[in-house]
Amino acid sequence: MLTAVTFLPLLACAVLSLWPRTLSDRTCLRVWIATAATDLALVCVLWAGFDTGAGMQYEQRTRWIPSAGVGYHVGVDGLSLPLVALTCLLFLAVAVYSFRESRRVRSYVCLFLFLQTVCLGLFVALDLILFFVFFDLSIVGMFFVIAGWGHGERARAAALKFFLYTFVGSLSLLLGFIGLYLAADPHTFDITDLTRADPLAGRGAYAGLVLLAIGVGLAVKTPTVPFHTWLPPAHTEAPATGSAILAAILLKMGTYGFVRIAMPLLPGSWRAYALVVVIVGTVSVVYGALVALAQTDFKRMIAYTSVNHMGYVVLAVGAAGTLAGTDAQARSLAVTGAVTQMVSHGLITGALFLLSGVLYDRGRTYAMDAYSGLAAHTPRFAGVTAVAAFAGLGIPGFSGFIAEFQIFTGSLASRTIATAIAVTGILLTAALFLRALRSMFLGVPRLPQTISVHGVGDLRGNEGLSVVPLLVVALVIGVVPRWLLDVIEPAGRTLTDLVAR
Amino acid sequence: MSALLWLLVGLPLGAGALLALAGSRGNRSAPAAGVAVAVATLGAAVAAAVARPSASAPLFAGVRAGLAVDGLSAVMVLVVAAVTAAVLTFAVGELGRDENRSRFFGLMLVFAGAMLVTVTATTLPLLLMAWEIMGATSWALIGYRWRQPRRARAADVAFLTTRTADLGLYLAAGAALAGGIGTLDLGALPDAASPWLHLVTAGIVTAALGKSAQLPFSFWLSRAMEGPSPVSALLHSATMVAAGAYLVLRLHPLLAATGWAGPLVAWTGALTALALGVVAVAQQDLKQLLAASTSSQIGFMVLAAGSGGVAAGTTQLVAHAATKSGLFLAAGAWLAALGTKSLPALRGAARRHRLVGIAFTAGALTLAGLPPLSLWAAKDEVLAVARAESAAWYAVGLAAAAVAAVYSAKALWFVTRPLPEDPEAGYDTERRGTRRVARTAPAPLLALTGAAAVLGVLALPGPASWLKHLAGAPGEPSPKPWELGLSTGVVLAAAALAWWGAPHSVPAPRAAVRWAQDWLHLERVADAVLVRPVLRLARALAAFDDRVVDGAVRQTARGGLALARLAGRADDRVVDGAVRRTARGGLVLARLAGRVDDGAVDGAVRALVSGARALGRLARRPQTGLLHQYYAQAAVGFAVLVLILLLVR
Repeated sequence: MLTAVTFLPLLACAVLSLWPRTLSDRTCLRVWIATAATDLALVCVLWAGFDTGAGMQYEQRTRWIPSAGVGYHVGVDGLSLPLVALTCLLFLAVAVYSFRESRRVRSYVCLFLFLQTVCLGLFVALDLILFFVFFDLSIVGMFFVIAGWGHGERARAAALKFFLYTFVGSLSLLLGFIGLYLAADPHTFDITDLTRADPLAGRGAYAGLVLLAIGVGLAVKTPTVPFHTWLPPAHTEAPATGSAILAAILLKMGTYGFVRIAMPLLPGSWRAYALVVVIVGTVSVVYGALVALAQTDFKRMIAYTSVNHMGYVVLAVGAAGTLAGTDAQARSLAVTGAVTQMVSHGLITGALFLLSGVLYDRGRTYAMDAYSGLAAHTPRFAGVTAVAAFAGLGIPGFSGFIAEFQIFTGSLASRTIATAIAVTGILLTAALFLRALRSMFLGVPRLPQTISVHGVGDLRGNEGLSVVPLLVVALVIGVVPRWLLDVIEPAGRTLTDLVAR
Repeated sequence: MSALLWLLVGLPLGAGALLALAGSRGNRSAPAAGVAVAVATLGAAVAAAVARPSASAPLFAGVRAGLAVDGLSAVMVLVVAAVTAAVLTFAVGELGRDENRSRFFGLMLVFAGAMLVTVTATTLPLLLMAWEIMGATSWALIGYRWRQPRRARAADVAFLTTRTADLGLYLAAGAALAGGIGTLDLGALPDAASPWLHLVTAGIVTAALGKSAQLPFSFWLSRAMEGPSPVSALLHSATMVAAGAYLVLRLHPLLAATGWAGPLVAWTGALTALALGVVAVAQQDLKQLLAASTSSQIGFMVLAAGSGGVAAGTTQLVAHAATKSGLFLAAGAWLAALGTKSLPALRGAARRHRLVGIAFTAGALTLAGLPPLSLWAAKDEVLAVARAESAAWYAVGLAAAAVAAVYSAKALWFVTRPLPEDPEAGYDTERRGTRRVARTAPAPLLALTGAAAVLGVLALPGPASWLKHLAGAPGEPSPKPWELGLSTGVVLAAAALAWWGAPHSVPAPRAAVRWAQDWLHLERVADAVLVRPVLRLARALAAFDDRVVDGAVRQTARGGLALARLAGRADDRVVDGAVRRTARGGLVLARLAGRVDDGAVDGAVRALVSGARALGRLARRPQTGLLHQYYAQAAVGFAVLVLILLLVR
């Protein structure tokens, strides 16, 4: 079942690319939307059959390269299921958003279908090498999206920077994985086996080096300060759909790696170096927000808010590794908040990037001072963007608050000063989102000089259909979060127990 | 029973959200729908106040979202629902046909719903949620007329200032959990372990002072006056700003548990009451005057909370809510009709629109604290509680009461003057006035100011003890007769002085007047101390990010490239050189070998050949063709053979 969910998009990709030449663009897009919708429906079935208290489920394990201890092992638990669902939802939204795409449609569709399989595969993988393969393939897929459908020549440079930077990160990750493999007896790359064995317990410096390698690899992908500078150019030059997937799904690969690999496989060193993680998280929160505040480019600003939002996750997982001064409830709140934040950020920032694509489509620029009073021309666009911005600044009623409140509340006891500093992040994000809204949408109506007044249309059907559902899900999580938290909390508790052992 | 409570909060929130999102399609029916929902909410509030329901639902691990209506909450839900209904009824006529009324009524309802959750929440997360939603809706409402940039900016200032204070609630929640209050119940907060208890208290006090526009946060309320008048009437008089006072009243056991928080809160309240009262006196704009007076009047509530007077603070809250929302609506009615809110321009406004004038007069007299109107009684309750704790608070409070009489008299003096010769000259400074008061305006106005006048009964011995019982503070001191007499004398004297002194300018240094007019320069200070440094830091960090952090990455990449080029050159010179040299050596060797090949090997072959040839030549010699010679040769050969045979044998 899980394998079917994972590889369905790849199957569709293969069929589309092998089909004779006569296929029209529209058909390709329809097939894509149908595939994405089917996959989402399948995930809903998975969710319905998911037993919240039963740990890892839908597991499937077959031999792949037994001589190297590598197997095909997949499964979902409360940490990964929400991300799998998020992936399917986001790709469906992107498919709907792309309905008017006209540039090399067939390869575009195939690329995104391929990327969907890669992303799903990463979140269900329970083998380090399988994880690594998907981790790397995601970089390859996104490279082609940015280079092929981005904004011109600069996109190719940004894509190259993205590729090289994150590729170096993934190499560091592989180094760490090999370190784990060598320490395990018998040698294996299987995540569940390694979790059980805790092979690096009491291995001091060696374990620290392995954590460093894995941590740097994941930190590049997340990204945290100071490994974040590939993100702004990649986002700014990528097409809106690419940015949405990059921010909503690919960044989660880094933070998911922390909760799936770094914490349960290296609990001892995680506890020993929790302070470093907390500091990196806090710096990312405040630094990301401050730098975002200084941006004049809407998309670049949102890119930096991603650094800020992912910083909360890093802070929370660091705090969850701190045993002194906390109880299980606080640590569980922190981890649950971290996973909720991954989902929340995916929904809200995904929506914001798609909206920035609408902005570019209408005005051919992301410069905020080029616009003023847009709400007069595009009331629906303004309204949806305002809702997304408020969701992004963590207003209660949306998922961001549910995540951030749990993170702060769960982290304060053990990391009081760091959390107190990080809390100011929500004030800074409020300031920057309000400023962006005010300068672009409010005030006296004024458009970029190159654009005629008649050229600016409001949100179109497919754009609305792609963005609004994301915000609706964020709203539902914000108002009645239990259906999501019931899935995450048991897994979060398991994880905190694993870290505390 | 809990269904009633969910209905009470869900009705305005749900209906409001739908209306706000309906866009221009809902414009026609929005006012009627908004008022209907508000009235239904009022009905639910009355039922809830009687039935005292409670409800809860799981929210986070070990933390529930709880709602309950107790005595204090019952008073609050009634106030909130009643003022909302009155203000929305007024607003039907206030908004132009070309405005997005659906959004306005929707947001007002969402706001009212959030306020209802705030005053009924029993756990911290739910309170915080509603608290922040109030802030967000207030942003949207202040910036309702968003085409004017200053209004949008004002909305930002108001939201960001209150959110700065709200951070305190986030910290308080974390500290409560750290202090062992895993449920985050409001009632359990005073039991938090030290030192977390102090952090909880500090956070909550900060959030409350920010929301209530107390010192030093007061300036946002001045900016909030850019919003439409009904917004000011609901948010900036009766509800949102009162939420902070409600919170410290609700959590006064927490203030008492720390020791330092009570006096801090009381001092802040007392000083705000006095200082913002002076600010109100200095204002030349009616809405600004009312806003400053709101801060000042809420200062009395905060003073009450700090000195432990829950019932007194509640009485003040209720009386002020009715009074001030009525006054804001009157100011709004004039603004809509005459297009101005400047006091000099409003000379005679009360005579021009008499119903509004009567309502304003009643409201202003109440605000002045004249007996036997409601704020007179309420304020004396507060002062009595303050005096029981500290004579200094009492003195400052009494001075603030005198100041209240001054600014109320000032406002009243202007609007009740005879109409000037050419009143139109001062009109339409803010917007084009309609020169008439909407038909829906007078009823809610008179209802609110009427309530303001008579709510003083709450301070009569019977109702007062009932209210104290309701608030759970039966032992609170009541004012003694001499206190009533003293405060009445002070207030009357101040009002009279103001009334007859109003035409003359105040003999004060100009800097001081400007200081008071500009709300004590609070916003400028915040701007200089906080906003600008943060923006500078942000820009510096952005440059740092581009140049240093990303620069390091680029340098690394460039270094890698340089290294590659170096390696390439090394490859060319050393490795390839070695190969080339090897090849050259090979060539030399080959040539040498060739030469050897030519000289030695081929020479040997040639020698062999020539040897063979010489031998052949030698062998040809006997073949002469002469038979006799062949015979001779055969004979010699035969002889040799015989010789050999002989020798061998």
